[in-house]
Amino acid sequence: MVNVEVTPLPGIGTRQDFVSRQGRRIGVITYRDGRSELIVSRVDDPDTCTSSIPLTPDEAGALASLLGAPQLVAQLQDELDGVNTKQLPLVPGSPYDGRTLGDTALRSRTAVSVVAVVRAGTVHPSPRPDFMLGGGDALITVGTKEGLAKAADVLNHG
Amino acid sequence: MHTPAIALIELGAIFFGLGVLGRLAWKIGISPIPFYLLGGLAFGSGGLIPLEGIEEFASLASEIGVILLLLLLGLEYSAAELVTGLKRSWLAGLVDLVLNAAPGVAVALLLGWGPIGALAMAGVTYISSSGIVAKVLGDLGRLGNRETPVILSILVFEDLAMAVYLPILTALLAGATLLGGLTAIGISLAVVTVVLLLALRFGRYVSAIVDSPDPEVFLLRVLGAALLVAGFASQLQVSAAVGAFLLGIAISGSTAENATRMLEPLRDLFAAMFFVVFGLNTVPSTIPPVLGVALALAAVTTVTKLATGWWAARRQGIGRLGRARAGAALVARGEFSIVIAGLAVSTGAVDSQLAALATAYVLIMAVLGPLAARFIEPIARLAITRLRPATA
Repeated sequence: MVNVEVTPLPGIGTRQDFVSRQGRRIGVITYRDGRSELIVSRVDDPDTCTSSIPLTPDEAGALASLLGAPQLVAQLQDELDGVNTKQLPLVPGSPYDGRTLGDTALRSRTAVSVVAVVRAGTVHPSPRPDFMLGGGDALITVGTKEGLAKAADVLNHG
Repeated sequence: MHTPAIALIELGAIFFGLGVLGRLAWKIGISPIPFYLLGGLAFGSGGLIPLEGIEEFASLASEIGVILLLLLLGLEYSAAELVTGLKRSWLAGLVDLVLNAAPGVAVALLLGWGPIGALAMAGVTYISSSGIVAKVLGDLGRLGNRETPVILSILVFEDLAMAVYLPILTALLAGATLLGGLTAIGISLAVVTVVLLLALRFGRYVSAIVDSPDPEVFLLRVLGAALLVAGFASQLQVSAAVGAFLLGIAISGSTAENATRMLEPLRDLFAAMFFVVFGLNTVPSTIPPVLGVALALAAVTTVTKLATGWWAARRQGIGRLGRARAGAALVARGEFSIVIAGLAVSTGAVDSQLAALATAYVLIMAVLGPLAARFIEPIARLAITRLRPATA
């Protein structure tokens, strides 16, 4: 269980951070006007930050979804015993970059279902067959082990 | 011949000149306050260019500058933050107060300025510049550091101490006796407590009086309320600045945030005018005689702030580098030291050399503060690695 520490910064906002297993302090400063900043502590001096990166609300949301996507996969795995879930990347230049999900015919060829597509940090749940795929998308898929391996191959080579 | 045209040209030249100086200051990483003071010294009596015809406007503008400086100081922390800050950091706050007021008191007594001069100098050397500190911490990316809450809570304590200190100073400067002084202390403590309670319980009603969805109406209301409160406070022999400060504390929540955003540029404008006028009223030739004292005072109070930060950070279990950073961040003195010196000098109740000493002192500390905060890290790192073989 991660122990998030909340520290008020009078006149500025709040700092919320936790110490990772490797001993790095990772957290977010939320300013009173709603801006946020990602902070990561230095290795040799955990009191200070190696960087503090200002994020717009959109960027913060994107980062949260990027980090949240594997979490989604893990959650699916937990909920359904015996079902394999995998996050398959659609690399730019793949035969299906710019074509619809229906064109891949994943369901009929590999018996794998696409339950969600993660694009630029946003999760698109239950995509329809006419969902347009693009390079850099991540497909959250459910199926057998062999099916998933085959599906990865299909996405890469057509 | 004093026509509006000449007054406009003079004012325009001042503001433009300050703009150029301010840009230069931030470019080399220090606060613009010393430049504004130097600008003021350069103009005016005994300076390079005497200014005539705008004195009246300049002195009113500088008065508004003080009111806005303290209004925004009050707005900076909510009443809840002040109360929790007080609970959490009162010990560190007291150490800060004793260590840093003492050198000012000692110097004033040695120079024979009497108890009131000592009280004024205590304030000048005690209070860190929260404006410079917050800016420097943000610029250096240290807001996420573990020692930063320690620094901020000391600033919160200083903020509260000001609320008690300013009315006492004003009362004593106005010539109150010992008994009168004690009454002033009692009254100011009571007033601050009442305002804090009001702000905690009924802050939203105070906010509702000034709040408006229309920015123009909002600006006029906040500014109007601040000047009204300051004016009445001044009429009642409480300083105008204190009135504005307490109003700032009473306004809370989103109203306070909006007011801060809206008033910041106005404050910068009028506060710049305040520093210039303070510089104007200081005769440049009075500075060299006190320069030695100012340097000594600067050296001592740099060490005392370093010690304060070190001690406060160590209590929170922060490593040695962090302790050094906390101390160095607090070194900067600025706007409020000048506000206190301005209050003291304007009544004529203290030695006029105090203005010269305060000017010289702030000139040094406002430059030294940001530099100390920036360069403490490599210096401390070096010192710690050098010391390690010796201690091991």
